[in-house]
Amino acid sequence: MSPKALDYETLNENVKKVQYAVRGELYLRASELQKEGKKIIFTNVGNPHALGQKPLTFPRQVVALCQAPFLLDDPNVGLIFPADAIARAKHYLSLTSGGLGAYSDSRGLPGVRKEVADFIGRRDGYPSDPELIFLTDGASKGVMQILNTIIRDERDGVLVPVPQYPLYSAAIALFGGSLVPYYLEETANWGLDIYNLRQSVAEARSRGITVRAMVIINPGNPTGQCLSQANLKEILKFCFQENLVLLGDEVYQQNIYQDERPFLSARKVLLDMGPPISKELQLVSFHTVSKGYWGECGQRGGYFEMTNIPPKTVDEIYKVASISLSPNVPGQIFLGLMVNPPKPGDISYETFVRESKGILESLRKRAQLMTDGFNSCRNVVCNFTEGAMYSFPQIRLPPKAIEAAKKAGKVPDVFYCLKLLEATGISTVPGSGFGQKQGVFHLRTTILPAEEDMPAIMASFKKFNDEFMEQYEDHRGYSRM
Amino acid sequence: MAPSDSSPPVTLDTINPKVLKCEYAVRGEIVNLAQRLQRELQEKPGSRPFDEILYCNIGNPQSLGQQPITFFREVLALCDHPAILDRSETRGLFSSDSIERASQILDQIPGRATGAYSHSQGIKGLRDTIAAGIEARDGYPADPNDFFLTDGASPAVHMMMQLLLRSEKDGILCPIPQYPLYSASIALHGGSLVPYFLDEARGWGLEISELKKQLEEAKSMDIIVRALVVINPGNPTGQVLAEDNQQEIVKFCKKEGLVLLADEVYQENVYVPDKKFHSFKKISRSMGYGEKDISLVSFQSVSKGYYGECGKRGGYMEVTGFSPEVREQIYKVASVNLCSNISGQILASLVMNPPKVGDESYESYTAEKEGILSSLARRAKTLEDAFNSLEGVTCNKAEGAMYLFPRILLPQKAIKAAEAAKTALDLFYARRLLDATGIVVVPGSGFGQVPGTWHFRCTILPQEDKIPVVVSSLTEFHKGFMDKFRD
Repeated sequence: MSPKALDYETLNENVKKVQYAVRGELYLRASELQKEGKKIIFTNVGNPHALGQKPLTFPRQVVALCQAPFLLDDPNVGLIFPADAIARAKHYLSLTSGGLGAYSDSRGLPGVRKEVADFIGRRDGYPSDPELIFLTDGASKGVMQILNTIIRDERDGVLVPVPQYPLYSAAIALFGGSLVPYYLEETANWGLDIYNLRQSVAEARSRGITVRAMVIINPGNPTGQCLSQANLKEILKFCFQENLVLLGDEVYQQNIYQDERPFLSARKVLLDMGPPISKELQLVSFHTVSKGYWGECGQRGGYFEMTNIPPKTVDEIYKVASISLSPNVPGQIFLGLMVNPPKPGDISYETFVRESKGILESLRKRAQLMTDGFNSCRNVVCNFTEGAMYSFPQIRLPPKAIEAAKKAGKVPDVFYCLKLLEATGISTVPGSGFGQKQGVFHLRTTILPAEEDMPAIMASFKKFNDEFMEQYEDHRGYSRM
Repeated sequence: MAPSDSSPPVTLDTINPKVLKCEYAVRGEIVNLAQRLQRELQEKPGSRPFDEILYCNIGNPQSLGQQPITFFREVLALCDHPAILDRSETRGLFSSDSIERASQILDQIPGRATGAYSHSQGIKGLRDTIAAGIEARDGYPADPNDFFLTDGASPAVHMMMQLLLRSEKDGILCPIPQYPLYSASIALHGGSLVPYFLDEARGWGLEISELKKQLEEAKSMDIIVRALVVINPGNPTGQVLAEDNQQEIVKFCKKEGLVLLADEVYQENVYVPDKKFHSFKKISRSMGYGEKDISLVSFQSVSKGYYGECGKRGGYMEVTGFSPEVREQIYKVASVNLCSNISGQILASLVMNPPKVGDESYESYTAEKEGILSSLARRAKTLEDAFNSLEGVTCNKAEGAMYLFPRILLPQKAIKAAEAAKTALDLFYARRLLDATGIVVVPGSGFGQVPGTWHFRCTILPQEDKIPVVVSSLTEFHKGFMDKFRD
């Protein structure tokens, strides 16, 4: 019997440590059930188009024309493509050297990076340097690149919010670093408390960890909270004091569902604070075409912007990017279109605005519908989804349910979510996949199912939940205070 | 508020040392120089003895004028904008079989949503198509569940390195010369590269005795060799392996318990009538080796061949001979990135299932494909002959792939001049070539070479009408160089 080349025992240990619940146990079970013919509502991942959201028309027209430039020579092309889409396609093709099929600069097409820089400049009121903007195949790849650059070994720690989007925990495990959790305060609308931060850092340092970086997700995932200017300033000051690089995951910046706290980029707040901090605090900001009202997850388009990172380090990051040659060019064009959409007066402007507004208004409605729906359920408490795409209700599981979960060999929220799945076809992600305080359970669902389906989905959930609670509660029950 | 430490958290001194260690010459120093020159030319036209920079450093066909395959682009455009599929005007702009194929593909995508994340291994229907294409190619079945569609072949290679390398005690056997993705990836993942030298005197042949020797030497240094990388057709060397050679390699991997990593991205680029591409999967199965006998990962890409769609980032790895537990881990790593770009996935399925006899687009597709491949074959020969005609230069035939890797035997005076300039001889030569002609090549040290020998890699990709100028510029430059440095 020949020696086995690669078996489980001889795998890289770091790979084994990785967890990514978003496509983990619940999702796999849901897929199995779907194959068996059960109707499944996938609310496990922020994947708008999979739940019926239509792509915006203009970008699809532009990219289709870029894919097939010979169309531009056809006299009939104007019959199915508007003139501004045709012009924009020609513009993007002129930015490439050889069209969509050629590797671009490893950092992305210079012309698109300039568009991104201009967008950032308009958004924040400060100029941005295209040379410090790198396009990537989705924001996730950018996050992985940056974390891989920072983490040297298991003594390097990265502050990550709990709950967090598990890309961060997965990437830190993969690169052999240490995750240093800082807990968000559920009772304060998932607010960030500097005291918690300081405690986490002190505790990590006492274990010999060098805390290198801090991740903020703003708007939050799975929690949805939008950080206030005061909070952002506190965070920036904290990172400066503690000598941390701030990683600002801002992929949901277009998804804001309340008016009290509009989106503020970490960079804007930093630059508003003036020197010395504005010139020294190291920051990397991430954005994507996957979220917002675009929802173009399948294109894999994103970027990161570096602030106050030394030129030689930027060179090293560039070097690593060059090994993968270049990000996909169609995704880059989607990104360019996102940061530089149709303007008033453009032929496609009205349709574009109508489509975008329609999506955002509907998301706002659904955020409210879901929050209210969850709050009407027994033993369920749900903070309002201020932004992003998720609802993260707390499920107060009775002791008997927790026991039953143990007996079944499952983590309590996994147990609950599996039962929810089997009963209703609603596929969620258990809160343990994101991190939560000990003994407190949640689940994450998206707010993405179609508006017309929402009432039925929430009714289905309520029926399941209330029956579940009935089944497992003592007669004491839980107070809903 | 003053920071608690005087130096910022992210500097050259504090970043991951593996990042510092890795190198990738294909887009390295010489390319930076070329880009500077290009800017100069734009600002001051006529400031140089040449009109343009000719990038012969990278296998990027469409950047040098190669046209995409029309049928593929028609299908991709329709999949990007399915709203026009039902319009009557569309029939006047697109071929009917591209409309049909796009509809078929969209039917395989849940909700016809090309903007949605797919299954982390790639859309099932597309994997079915690819598996069927492989079965047609090899005559042996392929399982759609063995495929992981990735953003180009490179991320798939990285994934395997990540899985295999636990520490610098784990080694990967790599050909020298090699495509530096392998050396870079191994460095990035903290492993050790175990070189095996291809034999230049025998057309860059791969000798099993050399493999055995290197394996033993690695073992004697307490390196645990985990896998063998074979690039077939070769990059930068262009050789196409003979079947019996491939069988020896498969036997070797089975005996020594090595994972065989088969980089087959140039499988459609074979220019000599006496050689044919055989996939390692086919070879293994034809030897009666199944899942229990050999762990094999085969890589393919949409970037090369006759389609040359580098910018799309499409590709896959076919993973066979691993336990379910290992496959679960591969899936898990793939899932963290959610999925590869959908357009690239669609393209991979088109490449593995192109138009067939009887399809409306078949003739034009075939004409485009043959046109590109025959042109590549001609350019490979012309440049090979040109290099061989230069004093002190020998160049093996490019049987396949997209490169020539000539060896330069330069006079002592040149060697001394390079030493005085504290520059490797091949970089010294490449820099001067760039300055004199605008032609960008990659010094051989970027790929590895037997110590004391010098090479450079030059692509065969400039369009055919540019080749005479390339040849004459190179010839003139080389003559001048030798005249200057002849002993």
